[in-house]
Amino acid sequence: MDQVFVLLRLWLVSFLPAAWQPVIGALLSVVAIVCLFPALFALTTVFERKGLARIQNRLGPNRVGPFGLLQPIADGIKSLTKEDIVPLSADAAVHFLAPVLLVVAVFMGFAVLPMGRNMILVDMDAGLLFYFAMSASTELAVFMAGWSSRNKYSLLGAMRAVAQMISYEVPLLLSSVVVVMMTGSLSLTKIVAAQSGFTRGLPHWFIFTPWGFAGFVMYAIATTAETNRSPFDLPEGESELVAGYHTEYSGFKFALFFLGEYLAMFSISGLGATLFLGGWSAPFSFLTWIPSWIWFFSKLMLSIFVFIWMRGTLPRLRQDQLMNFAWKFVLPLCLLNLMVAGLWRFMGDGWLRWVICSVILIGAYTALGWGEMRRGKIGPRSYRYAE
Amino acid sequence: MSFVFYILAALTVAGGLAAMLLKNTVHCALALTVAFAGLALLFLNLDAQFAGFAQILVYIGAVAILVVFAILLTRGSETPRDGVFSRTWLAGLLIAAGVFAVLGWAVIGSVRVLPHETAVPTVTVLQIGNALVSRYVLPLEIVAVLLTAAMIGAVIVAMHEKEGQK
Repeated sequence: MDQVFVLLRLWLVSFLPAAWQPVIGALLSVVAIVCLFPALFALTTVFERKGLARIQNRLGPNRVGPFGLLQPIADGIKSLTKEDIVPLSADAAVHFLAPVLLVVAVFMGFAVLPMGRNMILVDMDAGLLFYFAMSASTELAVFMAGWSSRNKYSLLGAMRAVAQMISYEVPLLLSSVVVVMMTGSLSLTKIVAAQSGFTRGLPHWFIFTPWGFAGFVMYAIATTAETNRSPFDLPEGESELVAGYHTEYSGFKFALFFLGEYLAMFSISGLGATLFLGGWSAPFSFLTWIPSWIWFFSKLMLSIFVFIWMRGTLPRLRQDQLMNFAWKFVLPLCLLNLMVAGLWRFMGDGWLRWVICSVILIGAYTALGWGEMRRGKIGPRSYRYAE
Repeated sequence: MSFVFYILAALTVAGGLAAMLLKNTVHCALALTVAFAGLALLFLNLDAQFAGFAQILVYIGAVAILVVFAILLTRGSETPRDGVFSRTWLAGLLIAAGVFAVLGWAVIGSVRVLPHETAVPTVTVLQIGNALVSRYVLPLEIVAVLLTAAMIGAVIVAMHEKEGQK
């Protein structure tokens, strides 16, 4: 069962002449990714609306199909048949290119994610770097969308989004660098392989080390900001900016933005699972008989669930809080975590390194948080322009 | 030189030319991004994965964004009425020609000095890291100082503009 998709691909390809096999094989994997993740996106929208409705004590979508399960199909037909409106003063070429670039860049990220044993599209040596390069390109698409709309809400939303994404990209990269330091490789398959194996039934995941845990927490914060999810959803703050950078998009182009946002969530959760949660490996040694791809997708959906849960519970941050949090709290802790990881590497085995590394991280966390709280001027908010 | 090289070179040069010739400054920045992407693809074409992806990450992900930020935060994206030529264009031309000459001299000189690689060398992240902090530590530090100076300069420019508004 573990290799069912790999074997299926081999079986399908074996009907073709040998010269075509690598090309068609790669194409089959691409088709699988391009079909699977939008389907997952459709399911997630229902899941999210139902979950949010449960948190807010209402029912959620319940009209189309049993339990509203066919709602995404209705929504899809709606966005496909809607009129595609381009504002008269908009920059037509850039306005058209922005959603395309966004979705393409997001899809590229899936190419290097190991979704199961031997289930990876391109096993690159610099896989992690490729992923981050692709996710960095989405920022430009967001800017293009906001700027080309010639609308002040769009432009403000885009500037907010880009400022936020560029600020949180630094902690995102630095928290992942720790894993690269430990494994000595940028290849995601090697990172997963480094976390395989069990001691007394428990896995060797990086999250179960002091530096790994700290790195994972900061990675989670940075990904939430990077995907513009609540509580960091200022770029789309409905009450302030209509819808942010995609205000002027309708119909299928809007659907592409929506799709891109969720796909980015999937891929970045998948990357988090790969880096810190052992990728496709099982959480206990007696559960290894369950296929590896089931583990990968369970970890992915678990992160999605946490994203939805946070959206339903946390209020939105203010812009200055967002920036202060990134540069004054998360970034120093990330830099400290790099040193702690180095310390861990050179202290050798034993319980001493657990104590020292944990104490350094917890101490820094408390000191920094306490200092920031004391320095922060808590009181009536002062306005600069909107008096 | 393969067929792919010519396509990529044409793309890069076209992006660079468009960055200079287009009227709208934001369009110029986007065209510059195309040139950056072309350079990254050229690196990948040479099997230099690390350099290629780092080029995309740093130049498209950060530099291009900072360029458009600087354009939008300082003045409008339209071309000023009184032309784009500054009064010191002659000095600028001389400096640009000098930099180009030095770079060209270094590139042409490197053909003789460096060994001609036939097979693709395998470079690990560890080797790149070791090279950066041992042999190439001086260029790295110079770049760091340069970036710090640029950041201080940007802050001074931004502070100056804020004072002007009041």
